[in-house]
Amino acid sequence: MVRVASETLNSRVPEGPVDQIWDKHRFNMKLVNPANKRKFSVIVVGTGLAGGAAAASLAELGYHVKSFCFQDSPRRAHSIAAQGGINAAKNYPNDGDSIWRLFYDTVKGGDYRAREANVYRLAQVSNSIIDQCVAQGVPFAREYGGTLANRSFGGAQVSRTFYCRGQTGQQLLLGAYQAMMRQVHLGKIEMYARREMLELVVVDGLARGIVVRNLATGKLETHTADAVVLCTGGYGNVYYLSTNAKGCNVTAAWRCHKRGAYFANPCYTQIHPTCIPVSGDYQSKLTLMSESLRNDGRVWVPKDPNEKRSASSIPEEDRDYYLERRYPSFGNLVPRDVASRASKERCDAGYGVGDTGLAVYLDFRDAIQRAGEDAIRKRYGNLFHMYEKITAENPYQVPMKIYPAVHYTMGGLWVDYNLMSNLPGLFVLGEANFSDHGANRLGASALMQGLSDGYFVIPYTIGDHLAKSALPPVPEDHPACLEAAQAAEGRLDKLLDIQGRRTVDSFHRELGGIIWDHCGMARNKDGLEKAIGQIRDLRDQFWKDVRVLGSGETLNQSLEKAGRVADFLEFGELMCVDALNREESCGGHFREEHQTPEGEAQRNDQDFSYVAAWEFTGVGKECTLHKEELKFPNVPPTTRSYK
Amino acid sequence: MSGDLLSLTLRIWRQAGPDDRGGFRDYKLSGVSTHMSFLEMLDVLNEQLIESGEEPVAFDHDCREGICGTCSLMINGQAHGPDNATTTCQLHMRRFKDGDLIVIEPWRASAFPVIRDLVVNRSAFDRIVQAGGYVSVNTGNAPDGNAISVPGKTQEVAMDAAACIGCGACVAACKNASAMLFVAAKVSQMAVLPQGQPERGERVLNMVAQMDQEGFGHCTNTNECEAACPAEISVRNIARLNREFIRASLTTGS
Repeated sequence: MVRVASETLNSRVPEGPVDQIWDKHRFNMKLVNPANKRKFSVIVVGTGLAGGAAAASLAELGYHVKSFCFQDSPRRAHSIAAQGGINAAKNYPNDGDSIWRLFYDTVKGGDYRAREANVYRLAQVSNSIIDQCVAQGVPFAREYGGTLANRSFGGAQVSRTFYCRGQTGQQLLLGAYQAMMRQVHLGKIEMYARREMLELVVVDGLARGIVVRNLATGKLETHTADAVVLCTGGYGNVYYLSTNAKGCNVTAAWRCHKRGAYFANPCYTQIHPTCIPVSGDYQSKLTLMSESLRNDGRVWVPKDPNEKRSASSIPEEDRDYYLERRYPSFGNLVPRDVASRASKERCDAGYGVGDTGLAVYLDFRDAIQRAGEDAIRKRYGNLFHMYEKITAENPYQVPMKIYPAVHYTMGGLWVDYNLMSNLPGLFVLGEANFSDHGANRLGASALMQGLSDGYFVIPYTIGDHLAKSALPPVPEDHPACLEAAQAAEGRLDKLLDIQGRRTVDSFHRELGGIIWDHCGMARNKDGLEKAIGQIRDLRDQFWKDVRVLGSGETLNQSLEKAGRVADFLEFGELMCVDALNREESCGGHFREEHQTPEGEAQRNDQDFSYVAAWEFTGVGKECTLHKEELKFPNVPPTTRSYK
Repeated sequence: MSGDLLSLTLRIWRQAGPDDRGGFRDYKLSGVSTHMSFLEMLDVLNEQLIESGEEPVAFDHDCREGICGTCSLMINGQAHGPDNATTTCQLHMRRFKDGDLIVIEPWRASAFPVIRDLVVNRSAFDRIVQAGGYVSVNTGNAPDGNAISVPGKTQEVAMDAAACIGCGACVAACKNASAMLFVAAKVSQMAVLPQGQPERGERVLNMVAQMDQEGFGHCTNTNECEAACPAEISVRNIARLNREFIRASLTTGS
């Protein structure tokens, strides 16, 4: 089933002490002369934090940028929904933070499965990110004296998170979006909204363009450039139900994978502990309740599995604050994987609450008593409002009910230290790449990574590639362009021709169910093997029986969804293969066969301290595994304990 | 757990393309749980339509949690439906009664042309932001975050204005299809913050000019926009916009 490549992957991390590498590298990388930058064009796909920041920064430098998003406007990217905050090592609270500590916490939080050098760089530039956002007018929360405020997030014992009420993602994204819009106005960025990338164009082994479908008119367009930067987010929607937006998909990354870009660690998915529980079969997505709420909320279930009283009338002694009980030093702020598994454990054991028994309480009673309702409203305002809109329950008066849900994906396309794929000329930023979070992402670090990659890494590393590479112009009728356009057209025609009986959504739901059951919070060998078989069957059925009405020459949302689900039906299999191959538990990847007597994840550093980068060899064919060995000279792996 | 079940008549605007005249079509839908969201209800309708061989209703949506600003339906003549401070995607069917007729239309404004069914083109908003809705600061130029001191009250005003999700409900609700609330929100955020001071005058003049060029209507202070706004942007921002505009007109050098 799996063929292992003989040489290990080279991450191209420069030599030297981890805290000096990036500075030295910036000197050693080739530069593109300011006057020459305008001779180069760059395609940026996706306009979230990574894509928006990259497009704006590259355009400011003088590159000609073409920016693409499938939504109706660049400001709709799903980064906008991030709630709680963004980390940086400023140490304004004077509580012991530093670049080194942020680096350390992130490597540990990733369960020692991330690349140290990338993580150090992330921590190093984190402070510049805050500065840039403030300068753009991002309205971060402030203390009375006018300075920036901070709060705590999971997996850290310092208060290093900057926030804008409960909508930090929106405000950071608007900062990047506005910077992008300024460049559009100046003619430095060509903006293409309602465009979905359906193919990558590779010429002489280099990524040189994309084929997109105009979602409003159906027309296919080919765009060429000197480099392609992919910022297309995560693949959480393979589960159908997740906190992702409905449009989020793996298509752009998957297309690149099928053209040769390795996909790394797809089984590392993050299940966020505090989301609003499912209310029925028609459920279309899951809503996140920010981790920041765990600063003030206390997680509990009744001690009695047959408890009938309403939450507010259950006295303290009959409540099990299980996170505080199991993990005294981190309490409610344990990292997400730990918290999610703890909640699943309580619900599986019969202590869950709500009509389905698949929920636990997140209670603000004590915080409201201590700080007053107004203070809580000020900190979380829109989050409480959002909860009430959906559930018709008032969290100022009764505890919230929450349950874990798929939220973020640590896996993604493999990239080297320059954030370039093994496929030269293809750069991958933000959640779309695999790099910095290892097997588990800490809260408030996704926003940090997207902006780090977009503002402070790609502007430097892309120059090195452009300066070193032979980049003859690629005309739109180059054979590689025509072939890519034909491939895209062929797939669309095929989807429209099947005219089966089942809707796209019905296939998507079924796939989501298979993956949630067998490759969700807890995985085992039998379940994964079963899932792989079920996915293959479902995929065959899809290509025989899917129904997509209408034509490809208009706006056609079923056709859009069909293409994305077709790709999930292939990607889902790779996820399970990766989960099967990794016979250990680490971060979000929990193999039931590998756990401690207390039910915690048991890593196998001896055999699995590597990045699993998969090479495409054909749908349903034996995959080739490329391993990148991971070493931890600076943050020696320990048992990851939050007790 | 299904809640109560409703039977509804949905009167939905169908329009095959930008040049199609379009018209209302009635659909009957039963078994709608009151726990469903409005868009989940439309999903159910669409599944049934596809199964019966009819093309589904096209509508814009994405995050389904009230923050991205993509969803944009006029529901019984109200932008985003009957609830206050609620987006279309946050509206739940417990708001309706068994037997209700629900009229569903796209945003109506000549500056928001219809693409298909309930999907409209709101790129006019992007062009307004392009005209000046930003602080001109290149990446890498910034001083330490705490070097720019922002008083607590100023931050609250800026944050309240910055909460605009760019959905266009204000335009859809306004009988003049004015975009003043949208422009006012961004101008206000930047006008009160220290970071926005250097370009304060040009920003408002350029954004208002672009707004006019896009074909949005004039403001006659009906305040319908504030009533419809899911992010609770106040018309005080429009008052501020007017002051900023006059100030800039009188003081910004040509």
